[in-house]
Amino acid sequence: MTVKVSLTVNGKPASAEIEERTLLVNFIRDTLRLTGTHVGCDTAQCGACTIHMNGRAVKSCNMLAMQAEGAELVTIEGIAKADGTLHPMQEAFRQHHGLQCGFCTPGMVMSAIDLVKNFPDPSEELIREQLDGNLCRCTGYHNIVKAIKAASQTMRS
Amino acid sequence: MATPYIGASIKRKEDYRFLTGAGNYTDDVALPRQTHAHFVRSPHAHAKIKSIRKDKALKAPGVVAIFTGDDLAGAKVNGLPCGWLITDVNGQPMKEPPHPCLAQGKARYVGDHVAIVIAESYQQARDAAELVKVEYEELPAVVRAGDARKEGAPAVHDIAPDNTCYVWGLGDKAAVDKAFAGAAHVTTLEFLNNRLIPNAIEPRAANASYSRADDSYTLYVASQNPHVERLLMTAFVLGLPEHKVRVVAPDVGGGFGSKIYLYAEDVVCTWASKQINRPVKWTADRSESFVSDAHGRDHVTKAELALDREGRFLAMRVTTTANMGAYLSTFASCIPTILYATLLAGQYTTPVIYAEVTAVFTNTAPVDAYRGAGRPEATYVVERLVETAAREMKMSPAEIRRRNFIKTFPYQTPVALLYDTGNYEATLAEALRIADVAGFQGRKADAARRGKLRGLGYSCYIEACGIAPSNVAGALGARAGLFEAGEVRVHPTGKVTVFTGSHSHGQGHETTFGQVVADRLGIPMEDIEIVHGDTGKILFGMGTYGSRSIAVGGTAIVKAADKIVAKGKKIAAHLMEAAEADIEFKDGAFVVRGTDKKKAFAEVSLAAYVPHNYPLDKLEPGLNENAFYDPANFTFPAGSHICEIEVDPDTGTVSIVNFTAVDDFGKIINPMIVEGQVHGGLTQGIGQALTEGCHYDKESGQLVTGSYLDYCMPRADDVPAFKVGTKETPCTHNPLGVKGCGEAGAIGAPAAVMNALTDALGVRDIEMPATPQRIWRACQESKMKKAA
Repeated sequence: MTVKVSLTVNGKPASAEIEERTLLVNFIRDTLRLTGTHVGCDTAQCGACTIHMNGRAVKSCNMLAMQAEGAELVTIEGIAKADGTLHPMQEAFRQHHGLQCGFCTPGMVMSAIDLVKNFPDPSEELIREQLDGNLCRCTGYHNIVKAIKAASQTMRS
Repeated sequence: MATPYIGASIKRKEDYRFLTGAGNYTDDVALPRQTHAHFVRSPHAHAKIKSIRKDKALKAPGVVAIFTGDDLAGAKVNGLPCGWLITDVNGQPMKEPPHPCLAQGKARYVGDHVAIVIAESYQQARDAAELVKVEYEELPAVVRAGDARKEGAPAVHDIAPDNTCYVWGLGDKAAVDKAFAGAAHVTTLEFLNNRLIPNAIEPRAANASYSRADDSYTLYVASQNPHVERLLMTAFVLGLPEHKVRVVAPDVGGGFGSKIYLYAEDVVCTWASKQINRPVKWTADRSESFVSDAHGRDHVTKAELALDREGRFLAMRVTTTANMGAYLSTFASCIPTILYATLLAGQYTTPVIYAEVTAVFTNTAPVDAYRGAGRPEATYVVERLVETAAREMKMSPAEIRRRNFIKTFPYQTPVALLYDTGNYEATLAEALRIADVAGFQGRKADAARRGKLRGLGYSCYIEACGIAPSNVAGALGARAGLFEAGEVRVHPTGKVTVFTGSHSHGQGHETTFGQVVADRLGIPMEDIEIVHGDTGKILFGMGTYGSRSIAVGGTAIVKAADKIVAKGKKIAAHLMEAAEADIEFKDGAFVVRGTDKKKAFAEVSLAAYVPHNYPLDKLEPGLNENAFYDPANFTFPAGSHICEIEVDPDTGTVSIVNFTAVDDFGKIINPMIVEGQVHGGLTQGIGQALTEGCHYDKESGQLVTGSYLDYCMPRADDVPAFKVGTKETPCTHNPLGVKGCGEAGAIGAPAAVMNALTDALGVRDIEMPATPQRIWRACQESKMKKAA
């Protein structure tokens, strides 16, 4: 059975006829070909698929595409400025070497932006606690925590 | 030099694409007429395959083809080869059972490949796979290394009825036994080195296509070494002409060893792409990764250290049983031997050492190199023994180490390696300072007032990296060379493209190698592009593992760059009508020594491609050089890790309050990247010690820890902010003086954590991973002992 899904992705309308069981992450990756959003697990644990839906971070592997009908989605491709200037969180990850292989990075950045939105001045301890939903195997989190702390300052100012 | 590149923490060139979602990983590749594959895997640890019926599945929507082991056998597709021959204590070759790409007659572990189902969509392939009817006859299984050779254990392979792959020895056994007989003190420990699942966050993936137009194949694959993948696949498994197969490892999302190997999925997708004349794509879901990626570690060890009255090491004796899993993965056989027993001297002058390693087959996934590969296991043996001996002999853990450190170099160990350089006292002293060991007793007393137990643990590790001198490796059983290749291609405008056989899957080679070339050629980094991961572009390569990229791959690039400079001097001499001997290359320009006459790098490059005024009678035009570099020796990074932990005895929870790592990686090119490598390695090492453990059910052989809900990956709040420092004793046998840094954290950390934990708890040993449950039990037991 197929169903038509219409939503907004990175400010542009998107619409497609898809199988009902299509996960949101597969809709984003395979139908829309926005491959920056990644799949690292099948149990909603790793957070590589994190995007923003109606302003909140969600794991796009953990919901059906049709649950996002009418929603406003933002993916990793949609957060830098149109001229290519990085979002302060992306820039902080670059400055503080908060990424290595880059695979968890899109989900990390999308989670981190939401984290700072909810906690504008987070402590290191709070950042570590809040990153519970995102796995990174490369960095040991040390520089990710530093990057988020730094970004929280630039995003406030 | 305008900009000093070597030693500068330059921000990474690769970050922009990763941060904007523009990375290109294997699963991101979508080809015209793409099909999708799903593998039918054995649900049983050990079973006869009595029949496979695919008729119903073939009729399912979207199904294109289904292949089984019979199809591969009919097409004369060989099994997967093992790249390292170990010769046993009796001079006999190890047992090498066939390793079919799709099971032939028997499945030997949960997740063993039984059939491939190819369909128009991934979901259709998955649906149809459920309709493939496989009739199994279950057989008893053996999963633990310690059980494999027991009387009555089921044989995994007919050619190894006692499940023994080899029994291998290294060192002078008689001398060791004699030294033990006369020792004032002997420390003995028996422990497991827990089995781990690598868990790169990008799951393995392959996308293979075949072109009838020129009878060629292209395989996109998440691999750490595309040339090795191609060589093994063409020469040993599929019998294809090597030049007709292009292997591309694009952006790869972490490897940690698990993406070194040639896997069945890669081969089957490649073979199938010709059968159906369409591209075949397979991406593991995480559950498949858990059951089918090569695992790491899994040793059972008895280790003994003999000491004199003053705490000087006299001898070491180690007996290890290593689990190989059901089949020999690509480098499985050399991990618990060549990369393990040779490291048992550690940083110490132990005069005689004997190690005996028994490798066994079990009904579990193949085990191979995982970050550190043999060296974490060796460090764990040495550093747990040393710390325990210090406690038994009432010496300080620092003092017993200092008393036994190797202090003069080069140093020939009794276990085959020749250390070129090091300064172990310096790294230890710096670690003691950064960790504020002097203030530990005060912190411990303070913790005790809060009802908490504090402990301090050391680990002074060594590793053999820069793998490896080919002739040495060959004499030890390697079936491949272990050099690296590089090419420096200077364009007419003086811009440079560098091709390397090393592969970056997080290490930042595009940046580090760019710094090396910028330094060597005196040109800005922006003028340099690093290309890796494509057999269609790069002359050859042995890939990235064993912390070898900068020491071996980097050196190959340096050698090629030096050839560019040498040729550039000839061209410049002609242009400036000077003798070649008078030309020096400085700050990116060719200068006539003692004059102000010079030619910029780009001017010489242009002359090479527009050779109007050029010594064509003596010199070929163009400016492009290759180099192959085979290292003269291993490199020997070493360091001191100190872990301070606090245990809550009421809950068994542990907090790492301080982790200090002072490493000697020789010369450092990019400190920011090196620190990042250390942080990641430490976290994997802490994971091994405290959270991660692969568990198979002893009876059924089912993988119990088969998802992130059951296998406890370290998360941000499981690890502390690390304190890292470095000391530099440059490697003596490569031009950059570099040693490698990728694995150090994972090698040193487990012993430091477990030494700290046993110190806090006042116990002799506790099994890894030391979960809160295990720690709580240990606390209860010691409480009961005290009460009694």
